[in-house]
Amino acid sequence: MNETALKRTILYGEHAALGAKLVPFAGYEMPVQYPTGILTEHNWTRTSAGLFDVSHMGQAFLVGPDHATTAAAMEKLVPADIASLKPHQIRYSQFLNPEGGILDDLMITRSAYAGYDGWLYIVCNASRKDEDFAHIEKNLPPNVKLQRGADMALIALQGPKAEAALAKLAPAVRDIPFMYYAGISIDGIQAHVSRSGYTGEDGFEISVFDKDAVRLWQMLLANPDVKPIGLGARDSLRLEAGLCLYGHDIDETTSPVEADLLWSIQKRRRNEGGFIGAARVQKEIASGAKRKRVGIKPEGRAPAREGTVVTDASGRPIGIITSGGFGPTANGPVAMGYVETAFATAGTAVQLIVRGQPMPAQIIALPFVPHNYKR
Amino acid sequence: MSVKFSKDHEWVSLAGDIATIGITNHAQEQLGDVVFVELPAVGKKVTKGGDAAVVESVKAASEVYAPVTGEVVEVNKELEGDPALVNRGAEGDGWFMKIKISNPAEINELMDKAAYDKFVASL
Repeated sequence: MNETALKRTILYGEHAALGAKLVPFAGYEMPVQYPTGILTEHNWTRTSAGLFDVSHMGQAFLVGPDHATTAAAMEKLVPADIASLKPHQIRYSQFLNPEGGILDDLMITRSAYAGYDGWLYIVCNASRKDEDFAHIEKNLPPNVKLQRGADMALIALQGPKAEAALAKLAPAVRDIPFMYYAGISIDGIQAHVSRSGYTGEDGFEISVFDKDAVRLWQMLLANPDVKPIGLGARDSLRLEAGLCLYGHDIDETTSPVEADLLWSIQKRRRNEGGFIGAARVQKEIASGAKRKRVGIKPEGRAPAREGTVVTDASGRPIGIITSGGFGPTANGPVAMGYVETAFATAGTAVQLIVRGQPMPAQIIALPFVPHNYKR
Repeated sequence: MSVKFSKDHEWVSLAGDIATIGITNHAQEQLGDVVFVELPAVGKKVTKGGDAAVVESVKAASEVYAPVTGEVVEVNKELEGDPALVNRGAEGDGWFMKIKISNPAEINELMDKAAYDKFVASL
């Protein structure tokens, strides 16, 4: 991509002022790290509270006459149970292609705002939002419309001190359960506060209008427990938490069953199908998938990166690493990837071919670092 | 004894025919937090411009190229247990290896400090 074509979020000036190293990401100029560096930022998020600008992500609404109608339209597009969502509730799901491959993963929220029955709020990946929105519009019935979020920012506050930090400004956030949202005023700022995130820690994802984003960012950073965190630490945090990164751990060739995301497909949908890509998903539920996403723990200190070939003891290739690096909290190399299902059991010994040399590793149950969600 | 620099961001400090090699402070700044260093075996023959070591940050793995031709006679074992030493002292305690050089003329092909600083500023 031409550098002059890079977009900036409304918080760009804040990142620059904080001394962030800015890199192109999904068409945006985003902070990969601030001056303290990725390790410090990672550890800060695990022990205190990290602040992330994720305004590049896609925010949009599906708008229909009532929840049942909008939910039915969404259920054509995703394998999650949307009809049974309670007001305020959030679910993780995926858009699938007709072959059952993953087009993107996303969060879906049922609105409970007065006068907004029949509204679903979605958050999808920055790198996929244009394709997602086109895919949605192509597959909606006439009485349900896609409305792109306009002038909206998204700020994540993650970590064991996230609740206390946000509650200082808006005590009501303490009462939001994991995977629910509340519409809350934060010092006069109209905020949509979701208890969710991408780090494995407790925390919030806060959607506000662009006009309020800088003030909210600065208010949160005024708390000494809160520090800004870039995309570098966001990646190591989510990898330790076993969470997928689109375009790496999941893509159009991987199905939700292969990706070990069956937990995100509720029972009614598994049985009934009725979503794009259902044939492959239901077949794999019934008779198993050929490969499976697993956690992989290299035994030495050397990280094994994306693209590393996984072999069995005899050297036969059985899979590939899709995300790999160093886990600061795990204090060692961490990876995930796909292996043939016969090798997907935790404890299985495998080899990783790093710079031409076989390196011992073990299949492990994800996550590497236990989730710290507030259930 | 002067320190010379390569365009691949290695530094070379020559004492007699032994060259101490490391990565520059600029290189460690670009890499960020170093979490692993793979060093060559003592006795390995390396060629100018060829692979000599690997340095890994949280983000990525990077090759370290031999800035001179010769034989590895010593490696910095401190880096195995404390790879962050590369960040704290890239051009000092965070050295990578010592090479017994076989072609002294190669040293003259490297940049001096002023030329390297100018090169970095141009990047």
